[in-house]
Amino acid sequence: MLRYVIRRLLLTIPTLFLVATIVFLLLRLVPGDMVDTVMARLAVLGGSVDRAALERAFGLDAPLHVQYVRWWADLLLRGSLGISMNSGQPVVPLILGRLPVTIELGLLAIAVSVAIGLPVGVYSALRQDTAGDYAGRSLAILFVAAPSFWVATLVILYASLWWGWSPPLELVPLARDPIGNLRMFILPAFILGMVMAGTTMRMTRTMMLEVLRQDFIRTAYAKGLRERLVVVGHALKNALIPVVTIVGADLTVLIGGAVIIESIFALPGTGRLMVDALKVRDYALVSGVNLVFAVAVVGANLLVDLSYAFLDPRVRYR
Amino acid sequence: MNVRRGPTGRGAVRAFVRRFVREKRLGVVGAVIVLLLLVCGIFADLLAPYGMDEKSLPDRFAAPSAKHLLGADQVGRDILSRLIYGARISMAVGLAATTVTVAVAALIGVPSGYFGGRFDVIMQRFVDAWMSFPELLVLLTVMSMVGRGQLQIILVIGVFTGIRWTRVVRGAVIGIKENDYFEAARAVGQPHLGIIVRHILPNIIGPLIVIYSVSLGWAILAEASLSFLGFGLPLDVPSWGGMLSGEGRRYLERKPALAMWPGVCLTVVIYGINMLGDALRDLLDPRLAGAARPHPGVGGAQA
Repeated sequence: MLRYVIRRLLLTIPTLFLVATIVFLLLRLVPGDMVDTVMARLAVLGGSVDRAALERAFGLDAPLHVQYVRWWADLLLRGSLGISMNSGQPVVPLILGRLPVTIELGLLAIAVSVAIGLPVGVYSALRQDTAGDYAGRSLAILFVAAPSFWVATLVILYASLWWGWSPPLELVPLARDPIGNLRMFILPAFILGMVMAGTTMRMTRTMMLEVLRQDFIRTAYAKGLRERLVVVGHALKNALIPVVTIVGADLTVLIGGAVIIESIFALPGTGRLMVDALKVRDYALVSGVNLVFAVAVVGANLLVDLSYAFLDPRVRYR
Repeated sequence: MNVRRGPTGRGAVRAFVRRFVREKRLGVVGAVIVLLLLVCGIFADLLAPYGMDEKSLPDRFAAPSAKHLLGADQVGRDILSRLIYGARISMAVGLAATTVTVAVAALIGVPSGYFGGRFDVIMQRFVDAWMSFPELLVLLTVMSMVGRGQLQIILVIGVFTGIRWTRVVRGAVIGIKENDYFEAARAVGQPHLGIIVRHILPNIIGPLIVIYSVSLGWAILAEASLSFLGFGLPLDVPSWGGMLSGEGRRYLERKPALAMWPGVCLTVVIYGINMLGDALRDLLDPRLAGAARPHPGVGGAQA
């Protein structure tokens, strides 16, 4: 067990190293472009600045390998990812300031996806190959198939046409007005959760079907336990292990969805920060967001694998 | 191993189709939808009542009528015609990007699984790291660098999705290496390339078809999402995703049909492709069951 955990932790190091290296190279693929953009913007504002000075400020005046070492030193020693080319502010605080909105949206979306996906998935498995099962599976595939940007567009469009409602432009802080905050998040979270609910449903169904065929389920029925107890107490408990981990592993899909949903609902999260940064070609900020999300995914995968070890004794002895 | 010899060549294909139709009803529905998309895409010029960009200002916001079956948009373009040309765009981008996806997955996955060793370890670490980046973020970032365009979007979606699938191909190749015929081919001294062409490739056709069908839906959805966010196809291209964004978005309140139809098309097409993909996967490669898309994390612990 301990050996597995240590091995898994060690495996994370090269992954993180490569992730950071990819982000570094990404930023360096467009250096001329980056400086040009800032020069152009400064020219519009009436200022003029020495190109060499600008390159020095962005750390672009040295050979690539020197830049690479400097970049690592900045990241590890000062926790810095450079400065945003658009606003001139450090990238890390900009991203961290927007992160709570994205995290709240994500957690609510996961809650929605589990609340819809789990019961429907269980029902589908219990009534395999009946009309109810087909309805459940069709629903799941429909949820996966309907693009979230379309669903969100329709929701906003008809809410505006029928009730004159439109998404608020100002963020209502959770600490000051929890109800108002929740009302702001519930619709976007529901739409984002729907996409994930499809995957959760299908996964739950597959896992439940597998578990329901096992001997201990037959034993549970044979000793006369009521169906509800067998399903919830025995089958679901065992089927949940992989399902929970899949929900965790679906983080990349969730983040992609959050970028779209935040843009449509004008939620000031990290996803919208990213789209705004892309529009002005602020690649320091863009690569920073990429790095933060990628590290989050590496962390989630680590937790998923470790939870396997705790939940499923078979993993420990491999 | 399966000792009984199944039908080969054309007979095998016919037997497969028969089994597909008998066992996979929803898969047949999906296949019909995909065929419809293909027909709409290929014969768009014949099917569309109006040209792709044919404007007629007197018909601005026209209601559905015999002249414009689904009405007209803010500059009097026939909505139905735009949707049919949109099918051509989705189909072209989807098929081309997916072809690139499968090629990349095979080009990296086959040598990785076949040769193993240090090359494999390095590739797998790289793929691990790569899969940590959320797909859409990577696509957005790179598309904003290379600029909008059809060729760009095909290559960007194709290559980056392909890298994610290399592990599945690698796994299939490693499975084949366990077989006696592989050992025999090695023993009689066949060159590596010969073995790959004659023994490996024919045996990973199943997984490759599955990858193709599963990636197709993703490629179409990715193109639509990127175009919607303004980083996909140029504005004048009638992409289903692009129709919901930019200029057109301001007129949605005036004419909700403009928002409704492109999304309906996307949903139906992706639904169909997923149904077809599921059915193919069940029949061709049961090991992949349950994986809607390559998940990072699953199996991330193996070296």
